[in-house]
Amino acid sequence: MNRDDFPMLKNNVYYFDNGATTLKPKEVIASTVDYYENYSGNAHRGDYDISLKVDNVYENVREKVRAFINAEDASEIIFTSGATESINMVVNGFFKHNLKKGDEVLITKAEHASLALPWFVLEKEIGIVIKYIELTNDMEVTLDNVKKSITNRTKVIALAHVTNVMGDIRPIKEISKYAHANNIYVVVDGAQSIPHIKCDVKDLDIDFLAFSAHKMLGPTGVGVLYGKYELLDKVIPTNVGGGMNTIFTSLNEYNLKGLPWRLEAGTPNIAGVIGFGSAIDYINKIGIDSISKHCAELKRYAVSKLSNLNNIDVYNPNTEGSIIAFNVRNIFSQDTAIYLNKHKICVRAGNHCAKLLKESLGINNTCRISFYLYNTKEEIDYLIKVLDNENILEESL
Amino acid sequence: MDNNLKRSIILENYSNPFNKGLIDDPNYEKVNMNNESCIDNIDIMINIDNNTIKDVRFDGEACAISTSATSIMLKELIGKNIKDALYIIEQYENMIEERKYDDAVLGEAIVYNEIYKQPNRKKCALLPANGIKKILKNYVI
Repeated sequence: MNRDDFPMLKNNVYYFDNGATTLKPKEVIASTVDYYENYSGNAHRGDYDISLKVDNVYENVREKVRAFINAEDASEIIFTSGATESINMVVNGFFKHNLKKGDEVLITKAEHASLALPWFVLEKEIGIVIKYIELTNDMEVTLDNVKKSITNRTKVIALAHVTNVMGDIRPIKEISKYAHANNIYVVVDGAQSIPHIKCDVKDLDIDFLAFSAHKMLGPTGVGVLYGKYELLDKVIPTNVGGGMNTIFTSLNEYNLKGLPWRLEAGTPNIAGVIGFGSAIDYINKIGIDSISKHCAELKRYAVSKLSNLNNIDVYNPNTEGSIIAFNVRNIFSQDTAIYLNKHKICVRAGNHCAKLLKESLGINNTCRISFYLYNTKEEIDYLIKVLDNENILEESL
Repeated sequence: MDNNLKRSIILENYSNPFNKGLIDDPNYEKVNMNNESCIDNIDIMINIDNNTIKDVRFDGEACAISTSATSIMLKELIGKNIKDALYIIEQYENMIEERKYDDAVLGEAIVYNEIYKQPNRKKCALLPANGIKKILKNYVI
């Protein structure tokens, strides 16, 4: 993997917080700047050459996203501000209108706030009931536990594909098959999976999928909502305004455009979407399978090195995702993170927005290492050297 | 104060915090302080009688700086009247935020006089001050 492609790496940092956001390759930065410098105009608005170019480039990214997740049609791809907006859009634009009091939504205690909270709000608003699929001792979801949680009121299963603390990969294909046989919708948070593993929405038979560009080398402020056409077409816009209507009159009549534009009111994040297109190109150039393999190898390597240290507890040594949740024994996670920061090492400390997980895991806070394609074994060796220290607490002050 | 001494005072207050552990007593008013970084989580309870802080206790899970700063702050505030307590807190905040401050009233809390050099620790050091201020402000006429 070519580390020279990533300008941030010149800043002498050991960046292990890719679950939060990834660094950007030169190509992504350059295409964003190119838009601002050479064809800055609005999309779907003008009859001049640069506006047409914006349209073409913007819509071409939609096609790249479609191909990347193997959706049937580009109109099933909605650009949002991120996975959070995508999930809020589907909960408030679709499920609010298609669920009723007493209907049950299954999630788990390992979910990120962005997948859990929209349902909490909907529970207050319309009286749906949130239920939790039981996690195994390793905090994983099994089809058997999903089956046990389903009742005749279950209408939705909403899960992360890969969780952001433990990094386990959920058996989405099996869950979808069982769910659909029981008329249950499947909503997947792909924020941690799309950057790392091949995700084919047709093969997995996902109804709605949300993910973010910035966790896969792209700019912040861009995300995707994928939905099967017949379902996405029923999403009531949670935003209305320019670019998504065909007509409105002083009689207060209006007509809305078709997909995908109906769900993209207002000027979109054009520069961000263009940068996202370059990010997908970059990932495709390396190959998503190579990225998976590289990150899995880094995790294996790091877990084995960490296990040689006698002051470290690793909570998820065996999960497939390239995330390691750990603590230095008897040291609060934030103190560890601040100590590592003094050595130019970036890790996340805390509960990683998965505040329900502590109820199952029994541990409130962890440090999290999350790898991406530019991380190396040499960086891990340096991390191990820094962690091999009896005075971490003292040196964190 | 030299850095080793500062460090040992901080560690002593982290390892053996003063008045840690909440009690069930209706004379205390309670506030929860969740640090916005979503890590530190401290409950503080204060017993105020006749305009004076009779007792302050705390509990929770937090980093070495938040915990030690709470421990030290509690010791400084017990026995003070509301006005003096708010003055101490204000001087403490001024110190953390690199403004002019009156170091005569800060006691052991002076150990954080260089925490500004670690900007990511400032919010930890301010956690107890923010919590206690929330309660005390209700008593200011």
